[in-house]
Amino acid sequence: MAVSEGQLNAAALKAVARTERRTFMGLTIPYLVMVIALIVIPIGWLFYLSFIGRDGTFSFENYTRMLESKAYLRIFITTFKISILTTIICAMLGYPLAYFMSQLSQRWANICMIGVLIPFWTSLLVRTYAWLVLLQKRGLVNDMAIDLGLIEEPIKFVHNTSGTLIGMVHIMLPFLILPLYANMRAIDQNCLKAASSLGARPSYAFWTVFFPLSIPGLLAGLLIVFVLCLGFYVTPAVLGGGKVIMVAMKITSNIELYFSWGAASALGVVLLVVTMAILFAASKLVSLDQLGGKG
Amino acid sequence: MKQSSLNISIKDVTKSYGDFFALKDVSLDVTSGEFLTLLGPSGSGKTTLLMVLAGFTNPDYGSVKFGDEEVIMKPPHLREIGMVFQNYALFPHMNVEQNVGYPQKLRGVDKAEIKRSVDEALSVVKLDGLGHRRVDELSGGQRQRVALARAIVFKPQILLMDEPLSALDKKLREEMQIELRQLHDSLNMTTVYVTHDQKEALTMSDRIAVINHGELMQLGSPNDIYQSPNNAFIADFIGESSLLPVTVKSGKAYLGKAPITLGHKTDKNGDYLLVVRPEKLFLTTKKNKDTNIFSGVVEDSIFQGESQLLAIKLDRTDFGDLPLRMRIPNGTALEQGVPDVGDKITLGLRVADSYVVEMSHGSE
Repeated sequence: MAVSEGQLNAAALKAVARTERRTFMGLTIPYLVMVIALIVIPIGWLFYLSFIGRDGTFSFENYTRMLESKAYLRIFITTFKISILTTIICAMLGYPLAYFMSQLSQRWANICMIGVLIPFWTSLLVRTYAWLVLLQKRGLVNDMAIDLGLIEEPIKFVHNTSGTLIGMVHIMLPFLILPLYANMRAIDQNCLKAASSLGARPSYAFWTVFFPLSIPGLLAGLLIVFVLCLGFYVTPAVLGGGKVIMVAMKITSNIELYFSWGAASALGVVLLVVTMAILFAASKLVSLDQLGGKG
Repeated sequence: MKQSSLNISIKDVTKSYGDFFALKDVSLDVTSGEFLTLLGPSGSGKTTLLMVLAGFTNPDYGSVKFGDEEVIMKPPHLREIGMVFQNYALFPHMNVEQNVGYPQKLRGVDKAEIKRSVDEALSVVKLDGLGHRRVDELSGGQRQRVALARAIVFKPQILLMDEPLSALDKKLREEMQIELRQLHDSLNMTTVYVTHDQKEALTMSDRIAVINHGELMQLGSPNDIYQSPNNAFIADFIGESSLLPVTVKSGKAYLGKAPITLGHKTDKNGDYLLVVRPEKLFLTTKKNKDTNIFSGVVEDSIFQGESQLLAIKLDRTDFGDLPLRMRIPNGTALEQGVPDVGDKITLGLRVADSYVVEMSHGSE
């Protein structure tokens, strides 16, 4: 075979590179199989079901019902209201805490981080019922407040919006703190020193240097919390006491009470589409911010 | 853009962390317009001292005055100092212009004046026209210049620099040393510069303060520090040197059994170290009263481009087997040529260059 000097072994080397790439891609196969079997196919099936009416033929009735019925509208409004409120409260509680932790030495920050993570590792159900025990009419909080003479009648903490919010904020908070803290840790502390040496008051330095640099972490945290809230089930179901009905709960009741797989599927599809739309919009926002410089 | 500048007066500044003294009773005056370098190995306390000047570290006690004003209780943002950090600390979310304009904007300077002063500062550091670049589009050297422009744009009277060139490669670093020095001369700011690089300190400074273990070891011009180090630590830390043990007995100095003549008086009897700079040794044959003579064998010879470095073992009988390094500049005309490994040679060291330091003091 006539090979010019510049191409010595070129074909063989290319073949080796190809094999390496193939072996490497092979690592994703177990995951791909699982995703296809357990996620893509079931979601496709749900999508199909959502277009099957009560009489078993193709129909849009599952979707048109959502538009016509006030009940559905109310459920969507509740879901968004709870999700937005939870996200805002998480940000208000989480941002200062993450900032505090980012300013500590690594050692103390790690200790604080354990405090954040222990509830995170505890079962969601356990934490939700713990709140129920604490906050119910004859719960620890009300009993103590009455014994201390702070209040006459027990306060209704749970089985309403406030109970749902308390529980959800508690469960969602680590999801906000983790990305935010990681982002804040990566901010060069010398930037703040530089701002200060250049004459910036601490508050001015914070708002002009630290806060803008923490926005990507904050957005990531807000996004995770908000998206998780949209599909949340356990906590609103337990602490809302049936008075706070979110989309996920309606899906369950559609199936368990009414055996209406079509209606449940349609709700699921809408929730999925809304979530994807939000993620898409947010990804535009975050990447725009990272391109940055302008503004 | 020449301007007035302030002197700095540091007195008894002490900072301890538990049992560890980062700074121990450091007193030091920096005259107005001076370029003073704090030089020391890592962990010596030089950066801590700079942070005390900037206001980021509070000492346990001591006084820092800018001009006549005590500033020790003043927070950093009121000290009106320009500061350049080791990793530049540019604001990554702002472009070059916004970075440099930051100190002006927060001082409420009007837009046109900000633009003018930013352009002026950028032109001083030779970055004209790069105002709209993003920080991450710049090279290391350019970032350094932006950091410098940002530190001088509001015309502070004092400029502090914390190892600003350490991230640059050697060639660029050496260019920037000259440039920073020229910039200092044209702006006339009192400058305190921290480095662990002794060559950098020698190149740039009016005076050098050598710091080790939180203590000021010697303060003097680069020439003083190099030619007459106070102690063995400085003799070893600054420049290359071979330190040979010398005994002084009743006014006479001996290297091994051989008597040598020193260029300066030593009053006390005892053990000293002769500081021999490799470039001060020369090949010779004849003895005279201005020169100390050593003989030995070339053990190793390394070509280093601009010079040839010889490792020499002094003769055991006279000097006790001592190692010595000698440097012969490339291009020196030698009758017999550069000695080879194994050659027996005779070396001369001028009496004026025969300098000893006490052995006991800080010789680690």
